[in-house]
Amino acid sequence: MSSHAAHADAHAHPAIGTYLKIGLTLFILTALEVGAYEVVHRGQPAGFAHLLEPVVVPVLLILSAIKFALVAMFYMHLKSDGRLLSTVFVFSLVIAAVVITALMLLFAYLHHVAPTKVPGGP
Amino acid sequence: MAEHAHALEHHTATGIDSRKLAIWTFIGSECLFFASLIGTYLVYKGRDVIGPKPHAEWLLNGKVQEQMLEIPLVTFGTALLLFSSLFVVMALNGAQRGNRRQLITWLVATICCGVFFVGMQVFEFTHFYHRGMGYTTNLFSSTFYTLTGFHGTHVTIGLIWLTSVLVVALRGKLPPEKALNLEIAALYWHFVDVVWIVIFPVVYLIR
Repeated sequence: MSSHAAHADAHAHPAIGTYLKIGLTLFILTALEVGAYEVVHRGQPAGFAHLLEPVVVPVLLILSAIKFALVAMFYMHLKSDGRLLSTVFVFSLVIAAVVITALMLLFAYLHHVAPTKVPGGP
Repeated sequence: MAEHAHALEHHTATGIDSRKLAIWTFIGSECLFFASLIGTYLVYKGRDVIGPKPHAEWLLNGKVQEQMLEIPLVTFGTALLLFSSLFVVMALNGAQRGNRRQLITWLVATICCGVFFVGMQVFEFTHFYHRGMGYTTNLFSSTFYTLTGFHGTHVTIGLIWLTSVLVVALRGKLPPEKALNLEIAALYWHFVDVVWIVIFPVVYLIR
């Protein structure tokens, strides 16, 4: 990469202010994650814990997904770099999600249905 | 002349440097690797016949033991890893602008955060072992050590990579036109961070 290209690349990437804002957002989202865990785990305050408990798993997963997307878009520069790189990454993530879902479905089937068919099983 | 030749060397049909495309392809394959580990952890989650339990009390020689996972310690490690991602983009910004002081300062900060994270993990593993959780103790211990251990290994590799870039920078051999060398190492480091962003709630926060 030439010096000119390096400078062009630097200009295409977010400014320091943006990096700091993303860092602060990531910190706040992590604090919210741990806060949600602590509220449900300790059951205090009782009313809020009762309200949060049924939705804590989706809340944690959504917060995690937002953090993941922020790092990928701004720190890994997918927002400013070529679409090809985003395609490579997103395609891999889709396959990864399929792998996890398939594993969970297969083992759920194994644990709930198959044990009754295993010779010598219950 | 040499610089011009260097620029021509990395001209590609896609317009993206081949080394950058290569690291992204590698990161894609790593996504599948960690997906299989996370999937395995989730499949066996809560299916332990004996303790230790990650989120509940358990019995050892008739004595009640507290839950294994210690959230405050890991939250501290998570914050360090997140900050290290911020620090490495600050270092990259310095490298691209030819600001050697900014590059070296933030790169050292990144490496320090990474070292503390690995130290936290070593402390955690040692602590768990002394509390009676070996690698083959139960399903939780095997899947936990495998998943977080492989992540820790990746962090260690990232640290070695970043340290080698730091040495090059200290020798004054990382001018703006070679900032891509740091950007590629930083991409790997960010990947290690995003994997932890998934592992942290899945393993430590979701009961």
